[in-house]
Amino acid sequence: MSHGDGTFRRLARLTLRTCVRGLVIAVLSVVPGIPLFVVSMLSLPLLAVGIGVVPVPMCLLAVRRRASQQRRFALEWSGVSITTPYRPRPHEVSNGLIGRLQRCKWLLTDPATWRDLLWTLVNMPVGVALGALPAFGVVAGVVGLLSGVWLNPGHLRQLPLFLGLLLVGVFAGPRVLKAHAQFSAALLAPTRKELDAQVGRLNESRSQVVDASAAELRRIERDLHDGAQARLVSLGMGIGLAEQVLRDDPELALKLLAEARASSGQALADLRHLVRGIHPPVLAERGLDGAVRALAVSLPLPVNLHIELAGRPPAPVESAAYFAIAEVLANVVKHSAARSAWVQLLYQPGKLVAIIGDDGTGGAVPRAGGGLRGIERRLAAFDGLIAVTSPAGGPTVVTMELPCELSLART
Amino acid sequence: MRVVLGEDLTLLRDGLIRLLTAYDMEVVEAADNGPALLRAMVSHRPDVAVVDVRLPPTFTDEGLKAAIEARAQVPGLPVLVLSQHVEPLYARELLSGGIGGLGYLLKDRVSDVRRFIEAVRTVAGGGTAMDPEVISQLLTRRARDEPLGRLTPREYEVLALMAEGRTNAGIAARLVVSEKAVSKHINNIFTKLDLYRGGDDNRRVLAVLAYLNA
Repeated sequence: MSHGDGTFRRLARLTLRTCVRGLVIAVLSVVPGIPLFVVSMLSLPLLAVGIGVVPVPMCLLAVRRRASQQRRFALEWSGVSITTPYRPRPHEVSNGLIGRLQRCKWLLTDPATWRDLLWTLVNMPVGVALGALPAFGVVAGVVGLLSGVWLNPGHLRQLPLFLGLLLVGVFAGPRVLKAHAQFSAALLAPTRKELDAQVGRLNESRSQVVDASAAELRRIERDLHDGAQARLVSLGMGIGLAEQVLRDDPELALKLLAEARASSGQALADLRHLVRGIHPPVLAERGLDGAVRALAVSLPLPVNLHIELAGRPPAPVESAAYFAIAEVLANVVKHSAARSAWVQLLYQPGKLVAIIGDDGTGGAVPRAGGGLRGIERRLAAFDGLIAVTSPAGGPTVVTMELPCELSLART
Repeated sequence: MRVVLGEDLTLLRDGLIRLLTAYDMEVVEAADNGPALLRAMVSHRPDVAVVDVRLPPTFTDEGLKAAIEARAQVPGLPVLVLSQHVEPLYARELLSGGIGGLGYLLKDRVSDVRRFIEAVRTVAGGGTAMDPEVISQLLTRRARDEPLGRLTPREYEVLALMAEGRTNAGIAARLVVSEKAVSKHINNIFTKLDLYRGGDDNRRVLAVLAYLNA
């Protein structure tokens, strides 16, 4: 008996959950849905007269948030994974009019924006119909059965109808929600063309990365060859010579050995320098948090740190983030004439965010072959982004984002 | 002199034992990992511990952590930390744990045997031995500061040597000047940097390190 009770209770709980989720979908498709769509459509013509640059990105981004929420529901509630189709945000977005225009262009030229809007429109009837169906079946079924049994015992002919409604509500509910998720996927997932374009972008960034890492390997090879290796050869020669002359000319042997020791010290210094460039030891020892602290301590200007990381990003992301931050801070020291700088390092769902600012003279521009472009390439390998705002007169703020997951803090 | 050693690479461990033994020091225990090192330092209470920063099991800063923890449990325990690289941040952490009996050197310095042994003895005697590279990094960091700019090049040199933990006699020998000249420079430095004039060498070193580290 208790076993049957447990099953019943579980079934009731699952049904209740499905009904509530369905109602959430139904309500959301109308309440933010209709105003979002209407206001977006109304703000678009304003672009023609210029004042649209403010409301259009706001509306379209709100539509995106709504669509992304539905993507999450589809995955969490129905197991339907919908890839985010948006094109990457443009780099170097400034806050002025030009930045707003850039943002409008970025949003309006992305087909995913229009598909989001189309989904918002079609979802109004579809979301209400599919979302409300489970709850409607359950409520109508239960009410009908109860009234049929107690109030109008004569109307037994309608009992199968109510029983059917109840069964549909209970057993078909999850499938109805899944159908809604699949309908959403049809409009909210990237199209074939978009996927092709994404593959193109990935190919490009990959080949840039491959080029960059090949160049990096060549540099390491050259540094080792001309630096530590050469010094070790001279070290061996010096010791060999000292061995030869040890008996006949102890004075000379002593001098050769002293030179050999100096040479070994130089070789170590070279290797240390090289290792710092490949993977800074402090990063291996302390992770990104400690490495950035060590970096701040070694700079000739005060750097305020605000670091909030509950875990560690994967090693390659840590390394990329570290070098990017180090490069930005090096630029601050070299070019900005700043008296202080600050670094904010935090994790937002799905991405590592680093914001670096200074109180310097501003006017930083990413140039071909320059440090900022190098960072851009480095981050591109991880689908990361960098945005620089640096009006003449300052201050300069550099924002970097690297998509990643955090692992629990290693001790 | 009784020494506890923390070094995981056999080659370097054996070399260090040979070196220390040759200068009449007794290596009472050579640990090859962090937890064993901490136990050894706390139980043996050696005259000095020579510790590598990176040790098993994590191969991160196991040795440094063991050193800081040991000095928390046994205040003033003399520790000389060795590393393939030096970080001002680590120096700061070591210094924050207490005064004196502290060294932080690049492993390279071992090859200059006489100076290395001198550093071991300084630390064992409650003194300080900071690697010139740490000091130069600290000085670079403070290079834009106004008071440092007021030092003459000679005073600057003296400041760096003093921060490494050298005594007046040591500085005088290094710069080939008289001890009297050195103490005159040191007086000027303390006036210009507005530092409190402590009594002995060690206090002054710590005042300078604290200034650079601030």
